[in-house]
Amino acid sequence: MKRFAILLLACLPVPAPAQEMDHSHMDHGAMEAPPQAPPAADPHAGHGQPAANQGTPPPIPTNHAAEAFYSATEMVRSRAAMLRESGGMTFSRLMLDRLEYRTGRGADGYHWEGEGWIGGDIDRFAFKTEGEGAIHDPLERAEVQALYSRAIGPWFNLEAGVRHDIRPGPQRTYAVVGIDGLAPYWFEVGAQAFLSDKGDVHVRLEGSYDQRITQRLILQPAAEVSIAAQDVPELGIGSGVSDIELGLRLRYEFARQFAPYIGFNWERKLGESARFARAEGDGASATRFVMGARFWF
Amino acid sequence: MLNGETIALTVGESHFSTGGRSAHAVTVNGTLPAPLIRLREGQNVRLSVTNSLSEDTSIHWHGLIVPFQMDGVPGVSFPGISPGETFTYEFPVRQSGTYWYHSHSGMQEAMGHYGPIVIDPAGHDPVHSDREHVILLSDWSPVHPHVLLKRLKQMGGYFNMQRQTLAGLLAGKDQKAGERLQWGAMRMDPTDISDVTGSTYSFLVNGHGTAENWTGLFTRGERVRLRIINASAMTNFNLRLPGLPMTVVQCDGQNVQPVETDEFQIGIAETYDVVVQPGEAKPYALIAEAIDRSGLVRATLAPRIGMAADVPALRERPLLGIKDMGMDMSGMGDMPGHSMKMRDPSVAPQVKMGPGVATLSPMPTDRTADRPTGLESVDHRVLTYADLKSLEPNRANRAPTRTLDIHLTANMERYMWSFDGVKLSDGAEPIAFRHGERVRVNLINDTMMPHPIHLHGHFFELVTGAGDHAPRKHTVNVLPGGKVTFDLTADAQGDWAFHCHMLMHMHAGMMRIVTVRHENGAA
Repeated sequence: MKRFAILLLACLPVPAPAQEMDHSHMDHGAMEAPPQAPPAADPHAGHGQPAANQGTPPPIPTNHAAEAFYSATEMVRSRAAMLRESGGMTFSRLMLDRLEYRTGRGADGYHWEGEGWIGGDIDRFAFKTEGEGAIHDPLERAEVQALYSRAIGPWFNLEAGVRHDIRPGPQRTYAVVGIDGLAPYWFEVGAQAFLSDKGDVHVRLEGSYDQRITQRLILQPAAEVSIAAQDVPELGIGSGVSDIELGLRLRYEFARQFAPYIGFNWERKLGESARFARAEGDGASATRFVMGARFWF
Repeated sequence: MLNGETIALTVGESHFSTGGRSAHAVTVNGTLPAPLIRLREGQNVRLSVTNSLSEDTSIHWHGLIVPFQMDGVPGVSFPGISPGETFTYEFPVRQSGTYWYHSHSGMQEAMGHYGPIVIDPAGHDPVHSDREHVILLSDWSPVHPHVLLKRLKQMGGYFNMQRQTLAGLLAGKDQKAGERLQWGAMRMDPTDISDVTGSTYSFLVNGHGTAENWTGLFTRGERVRLRIINASAMTNFNLRLPGLPMTVVQCDGQNVQPVETDEFQIGIAETYDVVVQPGEAKPYALIAEAIDRSGLVRATLAPRIGMAADVPALRERPLLGIKDMGMDMSGMGDMPGHSMKMRDPSVAPQVKMGPGVATLSPMPTDRTADRPTGLESVDHRVLTYADLKSLEPNRANRAPTRTLDIHLTANMERYMWSFDGVKLSDGAEPIAFRHGERVRVNLINDTMMPHPIHLHGHFFELVTGAGDHAPRKHTVNVLPGGKVTFDLTADAQGDWAFHCHMLMHMHAGMMRIVTVRHENGAA
């Protein structure tokens, strides 16, 4: 009803000013002064400009002009709110980049990979998690990271914190230092170094690229390389490049925040890691068809 | 319409719907847009504003020369209006022309808290018209503006649904592969024209979308004055009336020498008055198209109610070019990435380099005579700032005594916006002026987006070569990679806001306090 009323009102032309305010016949001497030029706020504007200050800016005032008219307490409060709302707000994002079902030779499995952050533009608390397992089997691998993330340039964040692996056993805790960001040509890249509570050192490199086929259909090649500084037999890791993973996922963004996908994931263990895997009765490489969804909020 | 010496306004929450979508809105006296306030030059006005929201509110009188304590910016000019409180603004009306008013609290402006102001001159109006209509343009989303901003912080290109694609490349559209690689090497997106787009916005004329077809009446042959105001939160528009030339007679409330054109870009917070003379008794469309061509709104000028003008198809989305990166094309090859560094701190020593500064324009040029974004190659006349000449000569303008550079800086991926690389929230120092001092200000756009920059409490003269007839403005749209120079007489004492009028840029930190004080330090 209101909408209809507004519509009706809006359809009426604004009355022409001539009807109520026709001054064309009146002589106000309008030609002497430009009618719309707002006058200077102060009739003394421009007087007494000290020549000595030419070219230099004046000192920055330390007081607040409004406090001459309003309560200083109220101004302090409103100024703080205004400053916070002018660049000082806190934001967050929680993204499950991959939540997928994997099928191929051997038992079907699942995999997840997610991350989140909360904070300002520069300093943030971030966390990451990933893991996988086979259907009907206990959880095979699960890790969580809690990180302090700091923007160190337009494109990259430096991150530091801890990683804890819940699986596989024995559980391990690592110190983490990493870098995460956007490389030239729009490659999302990340590198993390880990030092475990047992003293072993690992490095993980990741990269991916979003190829937009249409505005909503996106093909994402991704790669991950794991490198170990030493053998860690109890975790099945051999020194050197221990593991390579390549993925190709085709997602459809029904909405920016929800995109189901299908794709392939190929994983290959190398060197000692491969030998450890075979000794466990697993293959050194696996090619899986994956389907899942990416969502965030 | 409200007029007279005493005006009562109530800010409250309303429901608003357009194009089949609805959501909460923040309104003044229950309408979106807020009611027209019509004043007369020379009168005094008392505007009592009652806040019936559950949060603070405010009203800023955009373009009005008022004492700073009546300017309505919480935290700068006054404390704001608390819930349940009534605040009375009182000031003499010292000017005439088309202006507008809006909230300066939170993001209420993006939720509908804006309305037009028309001030009739005390004397003779040099603009002759038989009839006039206020055309208030705005953008509206059912999604709360805080959520819109959050999405942009989470993903800078969230609302851009017109990016370059592989399908487009194969179809021969947009950039060629080599050029895409060069832009990719710099992590720059030539489709990054607007942050919030028609993918979430409905565009409105006087609160009505295309389907609701706001209609203004005319009689054939009449001179119809359109007072066009861009009250959008985040949308710069290109405006045209197909088949109807426009004579621009005023800009930002200041009369200009009449100049005829077919289309112009209206930055957020700018106003343009044009006169049209429809020669036939048929409906004419008024088209405001978002500059990224993600949407448009059609209104109709018609000889009688019930007629609707055709809605033209959206034109092809423009692409940014190397001039938008702040590179002078003359003498340059087509290899921007190789011929110039896009982040060389030596070109802008005053800018604090950091995560918030992704690019610096290596060779920013004065683009005030350039056709604005998207209108570079349309086959009709397009207004530029260089076409605007003040109707009356500016009296007694002195030569500026110093120069001030201000860089407009950003990182689109992180959605960080600032002046000189520093957000207001970072503890940025005020920009200080001596009372009465005349200063030449250069606004240098180091981003690939136009920024409508607004200074409260003052008019400044654009330096476009018009001499004594320099156009006077309160808001100037600085084209991507370009530079705008204006001369300012700091004639209004007090503390004033100075900011990008893209609401979310302001909220991301692209704002400063400007102080104008007597040399001896007295406020």
